[in-house]
Amino acid sequence: MTDYKISAKGVQVYYGDNHAIKDVDVQIEDKTVTAFIGPSGCGKSTFLRTLNRMNDTIDICRVEGDIRIDGEDIYDPAVDPVQLRAKVGMVFQKPNPFPKSIYDNVAYGPKIHGLARNKSDLDEIVEKSLRKAALWNEAKDRLDAPGTGLSGGQQQRLCIARAIATAPEVLLMDEPCSALDPIATAQVEELIDELRQSYSVVIVTHSMQQAARVSQKTAFFHLGNLVEYGETDKIFTNPEDPRTESYISGRIG
Amino acid sequence: MSTSKHGSLLTLDARTKKRNAAEKRFRAYGLGAIGIAVAALTMLLVSIIANGASSFRQTYISFPVTISAEEIEAAESALLKTGAYNKIIQTGLLAYLSERDLLQDTPEADAFGMISGEAGSTFRKFILANPQAAGTTFQLDLLANGRIDGYYKGRVTAETAVLDKNVTPLQLELADRLAADGALVKQFNFDFFTNPDASDQRPEAAGLGVAILGSLYMMAVVLCLALPIGVAASIYLEEFAKKNWITDIIEVNIANLAAVPSIVYGILGLAIFINFAEFNQSSPLVGGLVLTLMTLPTIIISTRASLKSIPPSIRDAALGVGASKMQSVFHHVLPLAAPGILTGTIIGLAQALGETAPLLLIGMVAFVKEYPAAYSDTAGLFGEAATALPVQVFNWTQRSDPAFVERASGAIITLLIFLLMMNALAIFLRKKFERRW
Repeated sequence: MTDYKISAKGVQVYYGDNHAIKDVDVQIEDKTVTAFIGPSGCGKSTFLRTLNRMNDTIDICRVEGDIRIDGEDIYDPAVDPVQLRAKVGMVFQKPNPFPKSIYDNVAYGPKIHGLARNKSDLDEIVEKSLRKAALWNEAKDRLDAPGTGLSGGQQQRLCIARAIATAPEVLLMDEPCSALDPIATAQVEELIDELRQSYSVVIVTHSMQQAARVSQKTAFFHLGNLVEYGETDKIFTNPEDPRTESYISGRIG
Repeated sequence: MSTSKHGSLLTLDARTKKRNAAEKRFRAYGLGAIGIAVAALTMLLVSIIANGASSFRQTYISFPVTISAEEIEAAESALLKTGAYNKIIQTGLLAYLSERDLLQDTPEADAFGMISGEAGSTFRKFILANPQAAGTTFQLDLLANGRIDGYYKGRVTAETAVLDKNVTPLQLELADRLAADGALVKQFNFDFFTNPDASDQRPEAAGLGVAILGSLYMMAVVLCLALPIGVAASIYLEEFAKKNWITDIIEVNIANLAAVPSIVYGILGLAIFINFAEFNQSSPLVGGLVLTLMTLPTIIISTRASLKSIPPSIRDAALGVGASKMQSVFHHVLPLAAPGILTGTIIGLAQALGETAPLLLIGMVAFVKEYPAAYSDTAGLFGEAATALPVQVFNWTQRSDPAFVERASGAIITLLIFLLMMNALAIFLRKKFERRW
């Protein structure tokens, strides 16, 4: 039980009258890459966003059920979503660096969370984060250049560096490669594999090959239901549910 | 040889011809519309500049005057001080005319009448500012009478002078002799921008000093109140307020307020700021408050539009690294929206600068001769009576002397230059700080 980083039970999400997530139970392990797959509109991104309460920003969205990270209910009224999001970082579908310098992009999180006591601390965090995101060599000479001037793949790695600069324990990635070309995708996938050493990574993806390549666990969502959840190898080679089988073999979706 | 069912591509079918004709007609309408707009603008500029450009040059009479310390003392203790100074001017003028033998058969009174009635007080101000001039002879540039000025701007001719009781043909002849002698000159009219308003009889001395000052004070009040209130209201409505029927009603009402006729704000200001709060009538403070009410909807609408134009991905990014709502707004959204907000504010200010109707209702149309102080112990901040540029235009166009038409057009040109500068600033700021992503 305590092995699980995130444990969700009976999660329901409503957008107004629309029941988007239906009774989802899932246990996510630490230091593992977990992939959420499923056709568009199946609720996988919605479920991902419940894990760091990004859905709070949508007025009509309502979340029910029990989601615990390290055994603590993250929807407890005592929980401040700001603290939660420092612990659960997020990378978005479209690279969205701030229109500021590369340095400021990475340094912003540590600054607002008070993680650096002085400038040299901050420099160190920025360098470490950029190294982890495999961007240091490309960016070290142009830290003052605007982050929006980087290529798409570099921007996404910058966003990853920004997310890990706040020292999160869980990293949520919402289709991080959907706007990238195959080479940039390969770089980001390699990175995800390395990030697994330190974080629990949850990735939403449309590409089944990507899920098979990077993840150890896979969850298949369909029409708001969690259809099947298990070892990635097993889901892709020997799925239990006929819907999973149809989807991965390309018959529905 | 084309035998396909579509026919030859080299000949146009009827439908294509019709479509092309419609397109051509539409382009012609567009060109016509732009042509009309450009023609209207040109006509406006040409007529205003033709009427008003001459107000920036003014006719001065320049001759030597001697004044002794005793004469100054006597004039300062006289009941009508400017009258006493006028006498000294007249003595000087007469001495100059007889020395150069210019007077000829012109009556002395006519010669004196060529100098502006304002000259006495101009001279007195000069003496009080330069007491070391006592006992010396110095060259004095004095405004010529409005009719003499009009003679050099084509408003007055020898024929009209016969019918005009304010000017005689003999005066015009004397003016020609003075001009030939170099004593009557046209100079750039700095006084137009610094002098206060003058009475109906002295159009040559009327200036925009008080009006420009009043307008500046009001702009200061509007900027200090409308910008913070407008931006704060917009940020709250756009970023923090829940979207429900109350915010919907507020939004609709703000849009409606932007369309309320400005004179209604004048009545509101009269009732609230003057009758209820008992601020001073005609004061830039009340004018500024009224214009603030009028400008707020403009600023709120443009600020909300520029906040809306910031992509939500930036907000997500900030929230995603654990910024609070307020941090995401103040660190990321607001700086990105700033150029749009500034542009909207400047456009709102420019609109307020040109506003006349509400100011009439709160008494800013009064004749004000004293420069208003920004702060005084009795009247408080911006509490002294002032006028405003557009109100001064309105005021001058109501006067009978044609010299005031020239003044009014000159004031319009000045106002337009201010507005152009503000719009140029808005464009400059937008171009400079605009970001793309």
